[in-house]
Amino acid sequence: MLTNSIKYLFIFVISVLLQVLIFDNILIARMVVPYFYIIFLILLPFQIPRALLLILGFLLGVSIDIFTNTMGVHAFACVLIAFMRPGILSLISSRETLDSVSAPRIQTMSIGWFIGYAAIMVIIHHLVLFFLEAFTFNDFLFTLLRGILSSLLSLSLIVLSQFLIFRK
Amino acid sequence: MIVTYNNYQRANFLGSNNIFAGSVFEWFSSYKQYLNLKKVNVRLAEENAVLRTQLQQYLVKNNYGYSLLKDSLYLPSISVDSLKRANYFFSTARVINNSINQLHNFITLNKGRVNGVKTDMGVIADGKVVGLVFNVSEHYSTVISLLNNRLKLSAKIRSNNYFGSLSWDGKDYRKVTLNEIPYHVKVNRGDTIVTTGYTSSFPEGLVIGTVSNYSIQSGSNFYSVEVTLAADFDNLVMVGLVDNKQKIEINQLESLNKNAY
Repeated sequence: MLTNSIKYLFIFVISVLLQVLIFDNILIARMVVPYFYIIFLILLPFQIPRALLLILGFLLGVSIDIFTNTMGVHAFACVLIAFMRPGILSLISSRETLDSVSAPRIQTMSIGWFIGYAAIMVIIHHLVLFFLEAFTFNDFLFTLLRGILSSLLSLSLIVLSQFLIFRK
Repeated sequence: MIVTYNNYQRANFLGSNNIFAGSVFEWFSSYKQYLNLKKVNVRLAEENAVLRTQLQQYLVKNNYGYSLLKDSLYLPSISVDSLKRANYFFSTARVINNSINQLHNFITLNKGRVNGVKTDMGVIADGKVVGLVFNVSEHYSTVISLLNNRLKLSAKIRSNNYFGSLSWDGKDYRKVTLNEIPYHVKVNRGDTIVTTGYTSSFPEGLVIGTVSNYSIQSGSNFYSVEVTLAADFDNLVMVGLVDNKQKIEINQLESLNKNAY
């Protein structure tokens, strides 16, 4: 239990640092920005209590907000996907798998399942984030395109990182 | 109209100028800055050359010319004299974090209140406008970049002095828009856009960019002028801070106008 907590604390710190020091400096085609850090919320165990999940989502979002001067935009999007995560999980997998497997990983679930799950989380997070940041529906298509293309980039980074770092 | 974004100010207590985020950025940028040293050196050398040329013209104009070149003892007396007249003072700071990929971009600097940084000071890079100091903490400060669609800055066309307000639409990090230029004014591609000096954050005539395109919306009496930025926002390492010694006096005087109605 304790080693598990330390492991997730480590993932938290690493994903925030990677985001603010490296991925925040990336800008492709003048509009695509990867938000890799939500990998932390994606990788949390299935059995985590809902209250703890929401608190961790808030802490993750606020840490990014502090570094990027965005004042609550990331916190909002993170708490939203933390809130929706149990619903998304029960929608795309059966109760037995959620009870028998400890955490969402490519090795324990299938790769198709992982990509589908991560894609839903990433797309909701990114669209909420970009529209909240713009805070207007002027240039609706531009913001939508920005959100979708950034989601694709974040998703591929998240899936790739599973093969690179989180091997068994 | 000159700087709108005021009611937002000082509300930002969880910004990247706090000691925690500031020291993480400073630690990381102290390694990252080596990657840019070559470019920074070239730019410093170019700026030195420009300044040296201006100094030379100034000296010749004031007949200090030859005697000064022979005898450097004259230099202190000139600088004392010009200190009395100067309103604007310049200092430098290192950029420890910068973003161009958001809608509201900010820059973090490694100097704060203890170094004399104050809110609303102008920020320049190689003599070109970058933004305004937004929040200041003990050792760090954040700058609201020109690439922030909440910042509006007054700017004018250098050749004919017509002024308007400059803002960013959030799409291209190399281009901003100058509005409120009346349609009878002659605008040309390549015209230089400079600061007006109305904001008291910048002296008059600092370069912002050049006109790359212009158009009139149907039903409007004003041009929408597309300005290509002169400062290299992609690659900021050292910036200059502009301090106006008469700012408090100007602000006090202008605040009297608000009660006049």
